[in-house]
Amino acid sequence: MNELAPTPGTGSASLTEPLWKIRWKLTRRSFAQSWEIFRESRIGMIGIILIIAFGIFGALWPIMINTVWDPMVYDPVVGFDPMSMHPSPPSAAHLLGTDPIGRDILAQLMYSTGREFLLGVLSAVITVVIGTTVGTAAAYYGGLIDTVFMRIADIILLFPFIPLLVVMGSMVKLSFLPFAVIMGVLGGFGGITIILKAQALSVSVRPYIDAARVAGGSDFHIIVSHIIPNVLPLSFLYMMFSVTSAILSEATLSFFGVLNIDMSWGMMIHTADVAGYLFDFARYWWLWAPSGLAITLFCAAFYMVGRGLDEVVNPRLRKR
Amino acid sequence: MRRYVFGRVGQVILTLLIYITLVYFLLQAMPGDITMMYLSNPKIPQAAREELRSQLGLDQSLFIQYVSYMKNFFRGELGVSFSQYPKPVWDILMEKLPRTFVLFLTANILSFYIGFVLGKVIAWRRGKIIDHAATVVGITFWTAFYPLLALVVIWIFAYNLKWLPLNQFIDPRLWTAAPFTANQVFGNMVCGAAIVAIGIFLIFFYLLRGLKPSRRSRVYAWSATAALIAAVVFVAVRKGMLIYIWDITRHMILPVLTLTLINFAGTMLLMRDSMLETVQEDYVLAARAKGLPDRVVRDRYAARTALLPTVTSLVLSLASSMSGGMVTETMFSWPGLGQTLFTAALANDYPLATGALAFTGIFLLIAHFIADILYAVLDPRITYTGQSGI
Repeated sequence: MNELAPTPGTGSASLTEPLWKIRWKLTRRSFAQSWEIFRESRIGMIGIILIIAFGIFGALWPIMINTVWDPMVYDPVVGFDPMSMHPSPPSAAHLLGTDPIGRDILAQLMYSTGREFLLGVLSAVITVVIGTTVGTAAAYYGGLIDTVFMRIADIILLFPFIPLLVVMGSMVKLSFLPFAVIMGVLGGFGGITIILKAQALSVSVRPYIDAARVAGGSDFHIIVSHIIPNVLPLSFLYMMFSVTSAILSEATLSFFGVLNIDMSWGMMIHTADVAGYLFDFARYWWLWAPSGLAITLFCAAFYMVGRGLDEVVNPRLRKR
Repeated sequence: MRRYVFGRVGQVILTLLIYITLVYFLLQAMPGDITMMYLSNPKIPQAAREELRSQLGLDQSLFIQYVSYMKNFFRGELGVSFSQYPKPVWDILMEKLPRTFVLFLTANILSFYIGFVLGKVIAWRRGKIIDHAATVVGITFWTAFYPLLALVVIWIFAYNLKWLPLNQFIDPRLWTAAPFTANQVFGNMVCGAAIVAIGIFLIFFYLLRGLKPSRRSRVYAWSATAALIAAVVFVAVRKGMLIYIWDITRHMILPVLTLTLINFAGTMLLMRDSMLETVQEDYVLAARAKGLPDRVVRDRYAARTALLPTVTSLVLSLASSMSGGMVTETMFSWPGLGQTLFTAALANDYPLATGALAFTGIFLLIAHFIADILYAVLDPRITYTGQSGI
């Protein structure tokens, strides 16, 4: 096949191997090369380390609540510690203090981490799946499909997301999953479609697409096995950025109290705000600093990975 | 050019219709209708509710309701606000619109300019400390939690240092005896600022253009700028508006600062990337080989080309910057569209909330349109015939 020809090392002798093995080797080699480039960008590595740290932090939650912590006291939503005044500053029992209604801040932070992962990744996956499918289809078929989806993307680009969700949220309180899906769908039909369509368009005019067509490949085959693999790196890059925007939107909307979510980082700041503790900003720092930092670091981590990937996907940015 | 503009106007009108339709159906998709608000009121029996429904036309088909909604919308009849009862929605929104407009415009221009300048500087010094520092600071602000950032800014500058007022648009104690309304002063202030900005741009454009501006032209430029500002301030003093203008300006600084902090990083990081691509071009090398000063190569050769993708992204990010603006308005109690939308949404004031949503959309549409036209003027590759130049 065309893609095998220029690779050195896989001469005619190794073609006796099954095809999937060769493909696997090629994939692994290109992955290793990309990883080399990615490792050189320090910012991407910092991002990966941060994400892993958050992952461990979130994974600690079920362990802690089942072994060390008493669920009556440390439950993130209904827990209460009768032993002290609330909000209490950091102490041995509550490493990050408690919130105005006596719940442990560290427990809330840990419990929310897993859910933020779920929210960000779910909405980003929806965004990327829709964006890649629609963008590729628009580029490959052109014509009416192209026009319709590009106009939709134009309109969604105009939509001020947060005001729209605030108005929606005031009418129907959105809960966790519907919110992730809405964010994902709005993102997927929006700007990402335009970018991925441009990429798919530049792929679909390459000679090997014509070759595949001449060889009798159906439209579906060409799109799935020739165009989409070449668009995927870029999709993956934008996936990182959509995680950031989904988490930030959730935090902002939770902060204003228009979502029906029992606990999240934005909700923690909301709790401190409605109880009036944010007016004395410096004194009650443990009410807002942990969750605020968590939001910023978490979003920054994904953004940094995105920037690291950018150098892999976009060769013109590299130093060499 | 004219054909291009007309084509865009056609598209804008079409998009506007679709947008309003979407806002309408968003309202329709919500469970129940307006009479459901009386559901729990025992004094209004079922029959009276039915009567109310037919009076309001809610028993007619969806299509007829839709047509009458559109007709009313374009006549400017958006209904009456629930929370500020007898006031029509249109009047409330028209009062708020200029404030949002000025905040949005000032912050966007400032953040774009700062991002542009910083981006080209750090790309030029790639790998140095300033590059790393600016990237880290930029990412921090770009991914910061907006409401918290606003609170931190308020806490530092208004609460601790007491340099600037906490929030709001004006200081009511000062304005009780004022001979002007806030919007009059605001209008004059905006005109004055626009005159100064355009004047400074022209002065610097004409006097400091050459490769190495002479000392004399530099002196001329700065003195002309000073004279222009003095003239504008003099006019303001003569009209007796200066203290009021100063009051509004003082209230504006913090929201503008916050919005700029949120927005500049996007432009900066993009400008850096785009600059890194441009400096590898041959013509940049040629310009350096000619012996041109570094600054000239950077600003006149590399940055000009690198500007285009940045402008594209500015156009694409208008909506998200509007969202950020809305959060900022709410945090600073800046009485603009965003804050109105917010309080209306939280108070279940549906006519005002959807009206504000529609206005926000129209506002963005117009901003988008202007940015598009500017972009077409900037980029010679876009043909004016209505087709894109690809």
